[in-house]
Amino acid sequence: MGASFHSALQSLRATRGWKSIFRHNSAVTNRARSLAVRGNLLLHWLPVKVKDRSLRVRTTYYLGSMSLMLFVILVVSGVLLMFYYHPTTPQAYNDMKDLRFVVTNGVLMRNLHRVAAQLMVLLVFCHMFHVFYRGGYKPPHEFNWVVGIVLLLLTLALSYTGYLLPWDQLAFWAITVGTNIISSVPLIGNKVRFVVLGGHVVGESTVLRFYVLHVIILPLLAFLFIALHIWRVQKDGGLTVASKDDEG
Amino acid sequence: MSDEKTDPAPANGDSLRDVSRRDFLNEITLGALTVAGVGSATLTYRFLSPKVLFEQSTTFRAGDPDLYPVNSVTCLQDQQVFIVRTVAGFYAVSAVCTHLGCITQWKPEENIIVCPCHGSEFEPDGKKIQGPAAHSQPHYAINLTADGELEVDKLQTIEADKVLKI
Repeated sequence: MGASFHSALQSLRATRGWKSIFRHNSAVTNRARSLAVRGNLLLHWLPVKVKDRSLRVRTTYYLGSMSLMLFVILVVSGVLLMFYYHPTTPQAYNDMKDLRFVVTNGVLMRNLHRVAAQLMVLLVFCHMFHVFYRGGYKPPHEFNWVVGIVLLLLTLALSYTGYLLPWDQLAFWAITVGTNIISSVPLIGNKVRFVVLGGHVVGESTVLRFYVLHVIILPLLAFLFIALHIWRVQKDGGLTVASKDDEG
Repeated sequence: MSDEKTDPAPANGDSLRDVSRRDFLNEITLGALTVAGVGSATLTYRFLSPKVLFEQSTTFRAGDPDLYPVNSVTCLQDQQVFIVRTVAGFYAVSAVCTHLGCITQWKPEENIIVCPCHGSEFEPDGKKIQGPAAHSQPHYAINLTADGELEVDKLQTIEADKVLKI
């Protein structure tokens, strides 16, 4: 069984179609392996070579990877939730109730999205503190640190815009209070608040605006910055590894 | 650019800079892009500012002045405004707490306005007694309409000592 699968894979790799997709096929030398990674869209942002001590748990605790996995979970569960959600009032609240009590596995999807979102904020902060205490902001990583700060802000913005969407009391007051903070910015505060809310109070247009931010603009920005972030890890010479990582 | 040496004063007397074609086109392009960028930003901002609001009007009629007895504080729940009538006249005080936007309540037995969320206290004229609110409650513009009703504009705040005399 194993042998026949292996031979089937070998013959598949010999086909013209496979070779047209994966151009560096028989990776027997280090150069060919490197080219195979560099030439593949899905792999090219990963390093061609990795120091084995950078793969140890204590080097990163995989906090960044876990944040990325949570982002993937949030995208998938979020897209599924979109099939049932109308960004209007009071329908938004009813849709949220439907997801909890009517839709099959709706409560799973909603809670997956909710818990993953809260966990992502937590893990992104843990990731930031961990990188900070390891000195990961120092050259040559200083630009990637700034990209990380942008990602932290995007995570918080995604979390905040998503908070309004269930359209319950908690959502309404959180956004009322939060946007009142905007209006204390001198000169432009009230104008910014008016554009963010689409009115003078949190209402129907606010839900729609936050929805658009939450499902397309911010995730797209987050996707671009995550790609840049991971690609820069490789370009800046890999993860920050201290010599003490060799011990124990 | 070495315009001082190679470029003696031009015939018409103006001190023209010796600009290469490439620099000229670069600057023109940069200028055009700046204009286009500022224009797009302004256009987008104006597009995102709604002209028609499907929300409660910020100006409302509060009815006949005689509805309010002298020395009374009346909370208009729907409008989130206190209509206060003193011997001097009328004023309208916001019922939205300046701290974090909760709706304050009038306590007639203690003669104060209290916020249920974090316990800020205000005088009937909106003056802050104790925090956490940082400011006193604003007064809204209040006027009489032609047919003799009170009208309040919640977008216009006025000085606390301005009172509508009737």
